[in-house]
Amino acid sequence: MNTCGAKAGGPSLDGIDVSKSAIVQGIALIGGEPVSRGYVRLLDAQGDFTAEVPTSREGQFRFFASPGQWSVRLLTAGATCEAKFSLHLGEPVDLVLEIAS
Amino acid sequence: MSRETSLVNSDWVSLNLSTSGVVLVEVDEDTDAYEKGHIAGAVKLHWRDDLQDKVRRDIVAKSDFEKLLSDRGIANDDTVILYGGNNNWFAAYAYWYFKLYGHKDVRLLDGGRKIWELESRELTTDVSTRPASKYVATEQDHSLRAFRDEVLAAIGKLNLVDVRSPQEFSGELAAPAHLPQEQGQVRGHIPSAKNIPWAKSANEDGTFKSDADLAELYKGAGVNVDTDTIAYCRIGERSSHTWFVLHELLEMKNVKNYDGSWTEYGSLVGVPVELGA
Repeated sequence: MNTCGAKAGGPSLDGIDVSKSAIVQGIALIGGEPVSRGYVRLLDAQGDFTAEVPTSREGQFRFFASPGQWSVRLLTAGATCEAKFSLHLGEPVDLVLEIAS
Repeated sequence: MSRETSLVNSDWVSLNLSTSGVVLVEVDEDTDAYEKGHIAGAVKLHWRDDLQDKVRRDIVAKSDFEKLLSDRGIANDDTVILYGGNNNWFAAYAYWYFKLYGHKDVRLLDGGRKIWELESRELTTDVSTRPASKYVATEQDHSLRAFRDEVLAAIGKLNLVDVRSPQEFSGELAAPAHLPQEQGQVRGHIPSAKNIPWAKSANEDGTFKSDADLAELYKGAGVNVDTDTIAYCRIGERSSHTWFVLHELLEMKNVKNYDGSWTEYGSLVGVPVELGA
């Protein structure tokens, strides 16, 4: 298990009304390179699965959730990592999910 | 059906990439996924452009399905192996679709695209083409498909299984959390429905849980195996995943997929809706 950081890295929010959404997004990296063949799972406060997206070619991901406690879990070949965070309306959270190579 | 006749694993696919009569078909929610890389030899079906009527909200007509499969070079006696992203959501939808139109031998790659990628198996960007076939479909098998009036009549009587996330079921979210939440439908769920999220039937790598675990899951959630069942979600693809589990893996009788799902039900005037867990 690797520890995930919490720095900016998600896709552009241009054109999205962030005031009505509780958004978490970010970028997944392995050895500093984008994870283009990975999966990010959104888990609720109890750790139960809520949603999943494949990472983009640039390693990016985004979820529109609701306010509260959440975590994301990155799956890629041979490695995983997790990050926990709180979401609030109008305050997008940007994460870097980084796995050492 | 059973696990042996409705599923294959990634080793089986690897061994049968060049087997005559085996056709791999990728169907994804992310419609660019195939172009990012796909299993060698796989052809693509686009869940919206190929599998949705161009004008009405409906699946395509029999004649259009025949033309689609003929153009893709899929024959009636081929073994079709479907796989895709999102834990096979749209591949399961296509599986249900193939069964609806009477294809004899169709199976899912257990774990779909995700297991293939997590096992670091090879993907190619070479687009696959196959010689055209002359596919002949049957009429739709409506024993597999529920329509809205059946759903209304089923409230409080049959098993209604809402496979969306708990947050969508309660009304907290209007759509899956990876999608924008501005939706035209009201929020909530059909009264008397049991919320058994599709994800509870799958392992983290996208493979299905064991038959014993699946049977316990639905029994424990109050699904009466002796009663007819209708599964629904938002647009009918996640509920295809659960339909596959109940009808194909657990071999329950009389299980229907309501492909109108919450997009239809949540837009109907005057129907009962419940909020909360």
